Amino acid sequence: MKNFANLFLALDETNKTNERIKILKEYLLQVSDDDKINMLALFTGRKPKRQINSTQLKDWALEQSKIPDWLFRESYEVVGDLAETISLLLPLPTQHQDKSLSQWITEIKDLKDKTEEEKKNWLLAAWDTMDQQEKFVFIKILTGGFRVGVSQNLVVKALADIAQLDTATITHRIMGNWNPDEFTFQQLIAAEDASTDNSRPYPFFLAYPIQETSDLQKTALEIESSLGPISQWQVEWKWDGIRAQIIHRKDEIFIWSRGEDLATDKFPELHRFIQNLPDGTVLDGEILAFKNNQPLPFNILQTRIGRKTLSKKLLQENPVAFIAYDILELEGIDIRNKSQSDRRLLLEKLQEDSLHPEIFRISELVHAQSWDELAFIREQSRAKLAEGLMLKRKAASYQVGRKRGDWWKWKIDPLAIDAVLIYAQKGHGRRADLYTDYTFAVWDGDKLVPFAKAYSGLTDKEINQVDHFIKKNTLEKFGPVRTVKPELVFEIGFEGINKSSRHKSGVALRFPRILRWRTDKKKEEADSLESLMLLLPKEG
Amino acid sequence: MSKKPLLEFNQFGIYCQQGDFYIDPWKPVNYAVITHAHSDHARWGNKHYLAHHLSKEILKYRLGDISLETIAYNQTIIRNGVKISLHPAGHIIGSAQVRVEYEGEVWVVSGDYKLEDDGISTPFEPVKCHSFISECTFGMPVYTWKPQEEIFKGINDWWHQNHQQGKTSVLVGYSLGKAQRILQNLNLDIGKVYTHGVIQNTHDALIKNGISLKETYKITASTTKEEIRGNLVLCPPSAVGTPWMKKLNPYSFGYCSGWMAIRGAKRRRAADRGFVLSDHADWHGLIQAIEATSCESVYLTHGYTASFSRYLREIGYDAHEANTLYGDESLEEEKGGEA
Repeated sequence: MKNFANLFLALDETNKTNERIKILKEYLLQVSDDDKINMLALFTGRKPKRQINSTQLKDWALEQSKIPDWLFRESYEVVGDLAETISLLLPLPTQHQDKSLSQWITEIKDLKDKTEEEKKNWLLAAWDTMDQQEKFVFIKILTGGFRVGVSQNLVVKALADIAQLDTATITHRIMGNWNPDEFTFQQLIAAEDASTDNSRPYPFFLAYPIQETSDLQKTALEIESSLGPISQWQVEWKWDGIRAQIIHRKDEIFIWSRGEDLATDKFPELHRFIQNLPDGTVLDGEILAFKNNQPLPFNILQTRIGRKTLSKKLLQENPVAFIAYDILELEGIDIRNKSQSDRRLLLEKLQEDSLHPEIFRISELVHAQSWDELAFIREQSRAKLAEGLMLKRKAASYQVGRKRGDWWKWKIDPLAIDAVLIYAQKGHGRRADLYTDYTFAVWDGDKLVPFAKAYSGLTDKEINQVDHFIKKNTLEKFGPVRTVKPELVFEIGFEGINKSSRHKSGVALRFPRILRWRTDKKKEEADSLESLMLLLPKEG
Repeated sequence: MSKKPLLEFNQFGIYCQQGDFYIDPWKPVNYAVITHAHSDHARWGNKHYLAHHLSKEILKYRLGDISLETIAYNQTIIRNGVKISLHPAGHIIGSAQVRVEYEGEVWVVSGDYKLEDDGISTPFEPVKCHSFISECTFGMPVYTWKPQEEIFKGINDWWHQNHQQGKTSVLVGYSLGKAQRILQNLNLDIGKVYTHGVIQNTHDALIKNGISLKETYKITASTTKEEIRGNLVLCPPSAVGTPWMKKLNPYSFGYCSGWMAIRGAKRRRAADRGFVLSDHADWHGLIQAIEATSCESVYLTHGYTASFSRYLREIGYDAHEANTLYGDESLEEEKGGEA
């Protein structure tokens, strides 16, 4: 596994795309096919089942490192990553070993029937043979928290070069339900697709934002000049739900979320309509909370995400529907190369034939004669609970990943409010040991009420300045959280706002983030809870 | 009632009332004893400075025409009955711990220090005392350094590899201390070492002070890209991301700092290579140094003072967190405060 640990290190040490592809290819060419497929599984989020939990891991590491528990916790705050913290605190190795990645993965799987003591002995012996980097990567694999800072696109590019296949083919083949025990590297790179996986989804086609920042509002004229006449575009609302792909193949049904999580069990009310679709159908769309023919705000859908069991009550109160955007497979044939317009006709036909039009809905088209008119219609997005508009070129095929050109999202400006920074916590990853996780408050009379947490939106330079301010202006420390002298004002943007009994402020925000640091404002000039409440959607 | 401590922290710095002098003051005072010439310790504006001989030229280069007295290690001077002497701290050339004694009571101010002999600074010597004011920049157990031979082998290998690929190796480190330490440990069989102007000026000041350094070539307006290619360039943190650095393309850039021990910090610098090379004591080094003083009380400055002092209390020391206005080192580094 040493070469796998080195791969991780080498990837960490460059952010140049070509360099990284080269490093990935060098690794792939140097290891066995077993290692290749295991590496691919790890890089695409297919981790071996977790056999040792965090508490065991932490307890055993603590025992070895001989430091008090609180110091371990504080070390974790400094490092921002559990595996890395442990790897830095464990004593130096006294033994040597040269097992391959596949051998280690096999050993991890074999832990399944072992007692706790056997697991512990195995782990301590393993640690005692590894340097810090190898330990770090090894613990990452063990905890399943394996995230490489490498996009799947790069791995796909490296594989495609080696296998001499195009990247879209590889992207498609590595999707779905495979695991490295059944899927071999030879199958992956075979000239003909050898997969018999009924569950395998297609890679999602993702839209590019038409305006990169909220500061730069694009005019209708600018859009016209870059996109051409509006008649060449299919326009839909951009819904704020869970993007999903729905599959019916050979009596089996699957619901995939965009993060490639299989979510079939989470949405039982969709099952019937999917089963009634013709064999060999794949649809792309959005799952939304939907009641009385009306979409509901995202926070209603949120009550269902992450629940292990869905109670009858919950299903009744917060039902969902599927808004179909596109059709990717019909009668078992991949039709992604047909034009957007042709696919739309097929989708409409399918939906008209459905016995469940309440659940299987089709994304409504938005008609406008000009970009000006469309810009006007877009202003109604918030009232419709939409995030803005989607523009799809009528002649375009369904592509792979985020591509410029044929699919654009034209979102509405975020809501915004000026707020005061009151709590801070250290971040993770490249923000480790820096105060980057902030809680913001607005005025309620002469009190500051926290209403949002935000992690992103500042430049590295601003982060350093804010971090410095926090370290010098800490009022109190509660575990990892610091209470900060209220002074700095930030403009906080968010996509939506809803009432919430779970929050002190009485509201919950959707996608809060820092738009800018208002160095020109004093804390007294921040907004009030009242002005925040005015942004709530009207009742009824 | 207990008597006033020999050293105390006030708004100007670490103060000795009996001898009426300050150690590394952060605001201008009449008499400043300077542990070493880094900018957060040797500040501008004091009426009179006392430092080690080897800091003389660099202090003059950085602070101009100051009233400066220099002494040797272990040499004692007396102010109003208070004995002041300097002792090697191993941090950079000329860096010192300050020992202060009055009526049998001994305090030591560590300044910045490291225990490992870096081959160029006078190695650290423990000094027995009753009270020890210690830095703890890296006072967390996740910071443990490898021996420098290992790090320099990595650096030389990296240079060699870049050289073979026709790339220039750009190494970033503090201009005073780190740059000379790196230089003395480079394998010059691989190629030549070029310097950024700020580093060359620092070298020149040290050479004037009688330090011998390996040969370097200053990059000037007339230095060509072709000439530099494949060689190694030493530059300060302030040069990172400037047009000056673009001139060195194609290059690979390495960062030498203790902060490189943590992946997150390393990624923030976006360096091609991070070398964990620090002029500060690591976790074990700090504890070992404190132990060696046989002190009764320890006061912590810089870095993780809260965590480190708590740990020391748990293992039986009378340890305190001291509030100082020293710069936040990681921040200074970003700003290129050492330039």
